[in-house]
Amino acid sequence: MKVFLLYPDRDFALKGDLPPQTEALIQDLELDILLDTMAQGDTFLRTVARQALLSSLEDPQVIRYRQMILQDCLNNPDTVRELYQIPVQALITKQKQWLGIFSLYPSSILSSAVELLEMFVGLLRKMRRIVDENGEHFHSPGFQRFFNMIRQELDEAYFVEIESHLKELRFRDGVLISAELGMGNEGQNYVLCRPKRAKGNWMERVFSKRSPVYSFSIPPRDDHGAKAIGELRDRGINSVANAVAQSADHIDSFLNVLRVELGFYVACLNLAERLAEIGEPIAFPEPYPANARVHTFRGLYEVCLALTLNRPVVGNELNGDGKDLVMITGANQGGKSTFLRSIGVAQLMMQCGMFVGAESFAANCCSGLFTHYKREEDATMKSGKFDEELGRMSEIVNWLKPNALVLFNESFAATNEHEGSEIARQIVKALIDRGIKVFFVTHMYELAHRFYELGLTNALFLRAERQQDGQRTFKLREGEPLPTSFGQDVFQKVFQLSQQQPL
Amino acid sequence: MNFFSILWEQKEINEVTLQPEWFPDLNLDQVIQAITARKQEYNLKPLYYTPPNDLLTIRYRQEIARDLSDEGLIGALKAFAEQMVRVRRYLALSDKLDYRYHQEGWFLEAALVYGKAMVDLGEGMSSISLSSRGLLAFREFLHRYLHSQAFETFFAEAKKVKEALQRIRYCIILQNGTVRVRRYEGEVDYSIEVEKTFAKFKQGAVKDYHSDLSRSSGMNHVEAQILDFVARLYPEEFAALDRFYRRQQNFVDETIARFDREIQFYLAYLDFMAEIQRKGLSFCLPQVVAEKDIAAHQTFDLALAHTLRFEKQEIVPNDFYLRDSERVIIITGPNQGGKTTFARMFGQLHYLAKLGLPVPGREARLFLCDQIFTHFERQEDLRNLSGKLQDDLERIRHILDHATSNSILILNEVFSSTTFEDAVFLSKEILGKISDLDAYCVWVTFLDELSTFNEKTVSMVSTVKPDNAVERTYKIIRQPADGLAYAFSLAEKHRLTYRQIVGRIRS
Repeated sequence: MKVFLLYPDRDFALKGDLPPQTEALIQDLELDILLDTMAQGDTFLRTVARQALLSSLEDPQVIRYRQMILQDCLNNPDTVRELYQIPVQALITKQKQWLGIFSLYPSSILSSAVELLEMFVGLLRKMRRIVDENGEHFHSPGFQRFFNMIRQELDEAYFVEIESHLKELRFRDGVLISAELGMGNEGQNYVLCRPKRAKGNWMERVFSKRSPVYSFSIPPRDDHGAKAIGELRDRGINSVANAVAQSADHIDSFLNVLRVELGFYVACLNLAERLAEIGEPIAFPEPYPANARVHTFRGLYEVCLALTLNRPVVGNELNGDGKDLVMITGANQGGKSTFLRSIGVAQLMMQCGMFVGAESFAANCCSGLFTHYKREEDATMKSGKFDEELGRMSEIVNWLKPNALVLFNESFAATNEHEGSEIARQIVKALIDRGIKVFFVTHMYELAHRFYELGLTNALFLRAERQQDGQRTFKLREGEPLPTSFGQDVFQKVFQLSQQQPL
Repeated sequence: MNFFSILWEQKEINEVTLQPEWFPDLNLDQVIQAITARKQEYNLKPLYYTPPNDLLTIRYRQEIARDLSDEGLIGALKAFAEQMVRVRRYLALSDKLDYRYHQEGWFLEAALVYGKAMVDLGEGMSSISLSSRGLLAFREFLHRYLHSQAFETFFAEAKKVKEALQRIRYCIILQNGTVRVRRYEGEVDYSIEVEKTFAKFKQGAVKDYHSDLSRSSGMNHVEAQILDFVARLYPEEFAALDRFYRRQQNFVDETIARFDREIQFYLAYLDFMAEIQRKGLSFCLPQVVAEKDIAAHQTFDLALAHTLRFEKQEIVPNDFYLRDSERVIIITGPNQGGKTTFARMFGQLHYLAKLGLPVPGREARLFLCDQIFTHFERQEDLRNLSGKLQDDLERIRHILDHATSNSILILNEVFSSTTFEDAVFLSKEILGKISDLDAYCVWVTFLDELSTFNEKTVSMVSTVKPDNAVERTYKIIRQPADGLAYAFSLAEKHRLTYRQIVGRIRS
């Protein structure tokens, strides 16, 4: 029995390796806010959400597989949360009643495993009931497969079979063990056997050649003897204890997988509900294969910013199909960084099968998302800032593959503009020539201008808007890079030098 | 060709059980300890304390060591050794046991392992091309042994008895304090049924809940009683075991037992070597000569290499040669530069060569010395200076009284606690005597004067990196001792060399 709610053909690896740039992504895209909202205080949900968000899918098919399941969830939030309670309940009961297999001795391993199984069987019956009652409202292939599996595998006859085993494993009639002679004539291969039921007619029973039986009893006060018999019994039931304990473990891990995979959708529900409260739209993105060049959206807002401000924020639009390079220049505090973050966050959300914060969104998948942001001064004092930036870039290059997406934010500016521009130019040119998509926010006019002059058809130039009065709209428009970033405006604002303060 | 020992071709020297007193000075005590540490049960140390004195035996051993570069052969011998360990363990166990069929059972196991060990070794060695007299003779011996009537009968019977016992399967029924035993009648394994029922939940690998109920062999009275019942259920099988036990009490051949111990002399050393070789260091079989013309290329201190075998730190190999009238190496240079290590290495090489073993280095031609003498400063000596000086001189006197022109002398910082003038005077006196003796000597000293004593002395110097005098190279090279190396290192440490001063003063 497989859950398969995150992949059509395999389990989700909650402890799988995350890409090496994970920490940088969390920091640069401020993902903590997103993850906190998805978790709603539940550390487990946070772990699941983090893992899913950061281990991006590259196959549009799988993304759509999750999108359809998530759509079912958005339509039936209560049923999904009730189902999610099954594995949660198993966990809580285990903790509350100290259930679990902790012993090293077969007899206690066996009895704890039997107890665990009894508890699981109850929950599995409950799951079966939920599926029977609400299954019809789910239409995604993922949920349909899962529900059909529950209906087929967990029928009444099966529950009866399990229960009869659980009864027999209490051994009211003693233990029958077969054994062989091992090294030094010591007994080995102790195997617990099911006694043969008497069968055949009385003639067969009388004439079948039966073995002689030798027996002895230990005296009531022979403690060593009693201990020896206990050990022998342990050897005998070792394998069956293992089999029962492993079965309990299998069901336990089935429920754990269910908790993880449903957990992802519950976390998505949490986010969707928050965004609905704020009044922000969500949309299922259209994923394209990694080798396509698509980046077109309307009303794309920065989800984390909306969550932080707790109100709707300015959205942007882009027609970036066929583009490998998007270079963003313009006014300071004009929304460039926010825009860049919204690109990154949307990419991650799309590639884990979620909705995105936009009216509509289409993009190609990337083989890896990377951020290269300018950082605070290196605290370790080991290397200069520019040296540090180049070091980080070099590390990113180690991991890059074609069709990756790299977001640069004010990179390589820790030197004079001329040098910085030249180094950045060489890096960016090399990346796009190697089939890597680049979004580059910069105030280095020389860098942006030189790319503009090249007249590349696969490059797009955006400018943060600034109205005549110096006011920002936080909207980005296509346009040729301009030689100043209007830093004066910001300076004036900070130092309150202008008497003509606009509203 | 009659085989009796893999260490001695003809006459053997009685094993020396005490380590030579100069061993700790050369750190050979550590080396031998490391070599034998994992092989305690063989009592190998005496073998390393007892070097042969003739070139013939050295060559007999070197041939064997050369044959042992064959991985297949080593594998066969190691497998043999492991099996023999088990044979001894099982026999010892059997001796100690209380219940008859238990005791006979372990005796049978020992016999089976022994028989298989012999057959395996015969097969393992058969296809290997050998050229040493020792191993060829042993292989022939083993072949004859394997095909002897006695061995063949012994092994065939052991296997037959075991097979019969292995076919036995019985049932035990435990209920409260009662144990019933009967033959097995085709009952099915219950754990398989349980697994089948729950198979649909299988989620990939889970923990193994099999309890580790293994314990050192033994049998309690309940198990012994059960075994007795099993013997009653299967009387023929156990009668055969009885017969085997009575007939085959001394099945281990004496020559095999001796080979089993002595081959470890080589294997233990090869294991020890292998760990050091993994660091990229080489060993070679030296040419051992009776003439005074020696050289070694890329050699190193074995004890140091062993200590650092798992460390990143590199071992720096060194070269030396002494030809024509050269006899005495005078080593000077900065402290901590590898001088003492070099001196130890010189002694180690000659001792190991004499044992007939491979030595550190890519190539070596070494002298067959009669004895090794060392004089190292004794740290624990707390007597006053004059007392110490006298003690030093007495020890050197003792050495000179006993050394011959075929001996090797290793002197380390002698007279370091007397005045400079005294030290020069005394050292020159001693050096004169050593020179007259015509023995090989390595002398670590801070007295540059000794290095140009006469045509027999050769100067070697420990060196520092040209651009950073604080960093040692651990290279000891033939070079006049002019005291500059040490001065250079101090100057550089204080950043006062020409280049540094130029670099520090900018326009």
